[in-house]
Amino acid sequence: MSEPLLSIEGLSKAYPGVQANDNVSFTIQPGEIHALLGENGAGKSTLVKMIYGLVRPDSGDMHLHGKHYMPHKPSEARALGVGMVFQHFSLFEAMNVAENITLGMEDAPPRLELAQKIREVSNAYGLPLDPDRLIGDLSVGERQRVEIVRCLLQNPKLLIMDEPTSVLTPQEVDTLFTTLRKLSAEGVAILYISHKLDEIKALCGSATILRMGKVVDTCIPAEETAHSMAEMMIGGELAMPSAREFTPGEVLLELDGLALASLDPFGTSLENVSLQLRAGEVLGVGGVAGNGQDELLLALSGERLVDKDMVKLKGVGIGSLGPTARRALGLLAAPEERLGHAAAPDMSLSENGFLSGWVRMKLTKSGFVRRGRRDDFARDIVSRFDVRTPGISNAARSLSGGNLQKFVIGREVLQGPTVLVVNQPTWGVDASAAAAIRQALRDLAAEGAAVLVISQDLDELMEMSDSFAVLAEGHISKPQPAHGLSIEKIGLMMGGNLEESAHA
Amino acid sequence: MLRLEPRLQPSRPMRLITPVLAVLLTMLFGGLLFAALGVDPVEAIKLIFWDPFFHPTYGAYSMSQLLVKAGPLILIAVGLSIGFRAGVWNIGAEGQFIMGAISGGAVGLALYPAAGIWVLPLMTVAAALGGFLWAMIPALLKIKFNANEILVSLMLVYVAENFLAAMVTGPLQNPQGFGFPESRSFTGVDSTTLPMLYQPLGMHAGVVVAFIVVIAAYVMMERHLLGFQIKLTGESPRAAKFAGVKPAVIVAITLGISGALAGMAGLFELTGPAGKLTTNFPVGYGFTAIIVAFLGRLNPFGIVLAGILMALTYIGGELTQLTLGMPAAAISVFQGMMLFFLLAVDVFVNYRLVWKKEVK
Repeated sequence: MSEPLLSIEGLSKAYPGVQANDNVSFTIQPGEIHALLGENGAGKSTLVKMIYGLVRPDSGDMHLHGKHYMPHKPSEARALGVGMVFQHFSLFEAMNVAENITLGMEDAPPRLELAQKIREVSNAYGLPLDPDRLIGDLSVGERQRVEIVRCLLQNPKLLIMDEPTSVLTPQEVDTLFTTLRKLSAEGVAILYISHKLDEIKALCGSATILRMGKVVDTCIPAEETAHSMAEMMIGGELAMPSAREFTPGEVLLELDGLALASLDPFGTSLENVSLQLRAGEVLGVGGVAGNGQDELLLALSGERLVDKDMVKLKGVGIGSLGPTARRALGLLAAPEERLGHAAAPDMSLSENGFLSGWVRMKLTKSGFVRRGRRDDFARDIVSRFDVRTPGISNAARSLSGGNLQKFVIGREVLQGPTVLVVNQPTWGVDASAAAAIRQALRDLAAEGAAVLVISQDLDELMEMSDSFAVLAEGHISKPQPAHGLSIEKIGLMMGGNLEESAHA
Repeated sequence: MLRLEPRLQPSRPMRLITPVLAVLLTMLFGGLLFAALGVDPVEAIKLIFWDPFFHPTYGAYSMSQLLVKAGPLILIAVGLSIGFRAGVWNIGAEGQFIMGAISGGAVGLALYPAAGIWVLPLMTVAAALGGFLWAMIPALLKIKFNANEILVSLMLVYVAENFLAAMVTGPLQNPQGFGFPESRSFTGVDSTTLPMLYQPLGMHAGVVVAFIVVIAAYVMMERHLLGFQIKLTGESPRAAKFAGVKPAVIVAITLGISGALAGMAGLFELTGPAGKLTTNFPVGYGFTAIIVAFLGRLNPFGIVLAGILMALTYIGGELTQLTLGMPAAAISVFQGMMLFFLLAVDVFVNYRLVWKKEVK
């Protein structure tokens, strides 16, 4: 084997409470298309940010062309021939293509010369671009071209692409692959981040698989099946639930052909989501983030309205009711983002308890706030859910992530919901808080409520759920009993093969 | 090097000290400005902050102007502060003030010269309605088309000013006024004259209304669900949506309240100090009230203090013009400085200054 282009030796990076990367090592050869594969939170983003100079590793080393390589900032990485195309673009809509490209360059050539170069490079790689067009007028795929061409103008030796196809149409994906293959043939190495197994099989020559910050495997995608790669990604040590005593009661929540267009250009619209949730049941909804999870939560919390009969609570259509009316009827929700969505950062804990609790806990009287009851409710949450805080008059943002999450979950659980929907209930939360939250949700179901848990953490879902479904590209699979599932089956469902699993 | 570090909890003492600090800084830099204009700065500052109360000749008259000037500022600023808490930026209170005066005045003129104590309340209701409707224009445009309420409400000030000019040379012109561009005098008829309750401080009925509104606004913002929803919308729009607050409703309510209060202030000005509609009727209370609202920390009681302080700079400013020949614009700059310094020192509420060696 020739001298590797980039060798990564034992990189580690820890964030408070999370070991994002743990002793990661692999090499990339010149001209190689190398896949970095893993679930959300596996540490892919942290790793490429270290290669691109956005994040400094705690320990470990890198060599580029055999020379020591440790960029302090992206401009250093770019100067040494490492470019990166982010999943979310950093382009100014009111400026044209050439102007946007100029902004990212250290010493930009004169305007006409640059425009000429943009035309040459973009045509040479099959990504035609008109330098004078406004970004605001371009499609998402064309915007990505701008980002790619911006990198290509600096003659990179290594191009990092972070989930490039998540925003593209199938035709655009084909064009992109042609370009990437051409670059590879010219000796440019590509580090390709994705969780779309079919794409990796079609495009990449080798793959490194990350799980919980560690390299768990390497493979040659062409010699694997989407199946086998999914298994490597999820890991063999996934604890399967033992059969749980579970006698489902009446249907509490029913989704019937729920459809909701996403307002976020990077979001996924929900299409024909149908499921039933029964009393005493915890339904885990897995799947990779950005496949409609946020939209599902908004459609259930009532922040986005849908047709009346798409969401039924105890048989009554409530799809057209807003959050307050749904809470009054017993459908509660806890969104993923703690600060700024589930809680107002600068408001006190007692006000944040009031925020979602005032209807059910009767914290108002003819419109006036019953301050005593409001504070009692907040104190109750703090003591019953072991929220560590000096007092309920402290601002929400002064709490640690885990403590605030316990407060947010506790706030909903203590209201005695009929159905509770939570999104990423333990994301970024330390182990003991996570365990407490999971137990609280299980207890809630044991008392006869129905709980819908949306999460990217398969271990968590397997630990908690009675039944399990996967949300992929806005579609949901048919929920199945969790204890009968195999890793193989989950892998299939996650790969977007919903048809097969739905009939299995 | 000096660095700003965010505080986990906003500092309460700082919240209370910053307005005082801002006033002191304004005195200092305002003094420098006055010195540059060739005026003795100590004398000028004394004229603005001290003489309105204690000057042997002007004192008594100045005192009687204090609440006359503070009243409309407080009434408008309380309305604006409610919107500002929700992140709804009504910059057009001046226009709503004018439209209130025109609507209320038109009712008064239509009834002229009817007697009876019901005339003035009726005019007040009409004025509130006029200001409310004028504020509904930016509200609806924001709700329907997401138009920026700052620009729309501000532009409508100039429309209102021209509408006023058209009215006083047209339908509302005094038929016995020898063609002057002005309406009949409202203070010439008892039923359309705002009662003066305590002359030495200039406490007219409008000031009483302003104080009642201050208390009502405090109760609403601190004790009522609506006040909570307004604050929540301003603090965190997404959390507000999660809590079930409809943003469009908040926009309409907050703009509506501030418009109605500005309209009422316009009527009190018209039936009291101004006496009649002329093209010189608007004197900028609607804009100064923005400063008052922030100087008072968007808190109704803070606004009372800030309104009185700002009234003082108006009165003192007139004294400096009278006795020192200082240009009127200088006092406007002085008032603007106060807002500038308040916003500047405000940083210390949420940040603290720390001395740190630079780490490489």
